Amino acid sequence: MAHYNLTTPVSAEDIRKLRINDTVTLQSTLFGIRDATQIHMFDHDRKTRFDLNGHAVIHTAPNVRKVPVSKEFPAGYEPICIGTTTSDRMERFTRPLMAQNGVRMIVGKGGMREGSAQAFKELGGVYLAIIGGTAALETTWIEQIEDVDMDDLNPESLWRFKIKDFGPLLVAMDSHGGSIYQEVKSNVASKKEAVLKSLGITS
Amino acid sequence: MQLQMNLVEEACKELYIRALKILPDDIKAGIDRLDKAETDSRAQVVLKTMITNISVAEREDNLLCQDTGLPIYNVKIGSNVQFDGMALKAAIRKGCERATQEYPLRSSVVHPITRKNNHTSCGIDMPAIHIDFFDQPDLVEIEMVPKGSGSENNSFLKMAIPADGINGVKAFVIDSVVSAGGKTCPPTIVGVGVGGTSDQCVAMAKRAATRPLGSSCSDIEGAKLEKELSIAVNQLGIGPQGLGGDGTAFAVHVELAHTHITLNPVAVNMQCHSARRARATFTSTGVVYGF
Repeated sequence: MAHYNLTTPVSAEDIRKLRINDTVTLQSTLFGIRDATQIHMFDHDRKTRFDLNGHAVIHTAPNVRKVPVSKEFPAGYEPICIGTTTSDRMERFTRPLMAQNGVRMIVGKGGMREGSAQAFKELGGVYLAIIGGTAALETTWIEQIEDVDMDDLNPESLWRFKIKDFGPLLVAMDSHGGSIYQEVKSNVASKKEAVLKSLGITS
Repeated sequence: MQLQMNLVEEACKELYIRALKILPDDIKAGIDRLDKAETDSRAQVVLKTMITNISVAEREDNLLCQDTGLPIYNVKIGSNVQFDGMALKAAIRKGCERATQEYPLRSSVVHPITRKNNHTSCGIDMPAIHIDFFDQPDLVEIEMVPKGSGSENNSFLKMAIPADGINGVKAFVIDSVVSAGGKTCPPTIVGVGVGGTSDQCVAMAKRAATRPLGSSCSDIEGAKLEKELSIAVNQLGIGPQGLGGDGTAFAVHVELAHTHITLNPVAVNMQCHSARRARATFTSTGVVYGF
């Protein structure tokens, strides 16, 4: 269980070092992405002007305040509260996000499924678990909203955040087929029968 | 007592913001209780991060979670209160819209087909407004619940049959909690509706999921079922955030209604660990806020 401090963008080599139960703190840049963003990118063939190659994306749609563009708020948005949404809904976008845009890290909550695990293994990616519902804390790790693309989808725009000490995040799915969620799932399945029995239910 | 709509509008604005920022004491105590009882080291870290987040939100005067949810207003009106029903609904809606635009909050509300967001947290039949009555003469209570989507997306209804019995109900609850896994942001309050019509059953599950911790079902059989299921779900090993551990749920809450001789409906609705709610109580002397 090692801890890594990673400055984005990262290489495939950086990612292959990570194993489940390691922790990661991210520095520099993080992109915010969500359901509508990816539906438009991959179902409606919209292209982003951002280069996501080697980068990390977080499943989010933030609370922001529209303000005049300034040095402090270059995108015209002041961050209010930025947190994480359930990743599972965006399962089918992991592969295109990696294959077409070069994304290497997905930050989210609740985990992703087999398709994502396979894409992480083949293409060199990881899933970094953040604690869902702890947005007040996460917001303190974000220094600025640097830029925004596809803002007609607001709040599900593609956001570029400037981050500092973003983490620790837990490597919950790695590029070697490891998944804490899969481990927990198997464990729960093995306990379920005894739980049902304790309730007087026998199959 | 005459209900003043300007006060209702102001309170409904305030309630949305308060609910998003201040976690009720019973929920804070619930997280502390699970943290003390947790035996899994990874789960302990997860629970401690949740506790840290609550204090950061209070210190920074910020929202606990970025999900502003679907806004729900539950209204209870006393027997001696004079009010205009249409004006009441309009004032609630206006308060919700003002909270969203003036704070500003993320509007999480879209048209279900066009997916267009009005950026007001309002739309067709949204906010959800439930109006009921109680026998307190000069009293009105408005409870605001921002219902997050991670937990709401894992809502389940089964029209079980009498031959499935109460075991069919219990098994469905366990299956629902297992299938939701970490997606609902556990530890959760697992709300279970038993009986009634299909729509009543789902509504009861939601009421159960948003009831304060420590409260119990007013029906003795329902209360028994709550105790039994509360122990059972925490033996599954799903744990906080679905990363393994003991603390899968704060509690299982049950609400029930009599049902048809041929029906045995069961519904499950869950509330995430950020189990937010806020309450305004209106009396003839003014408005008091609490949970």
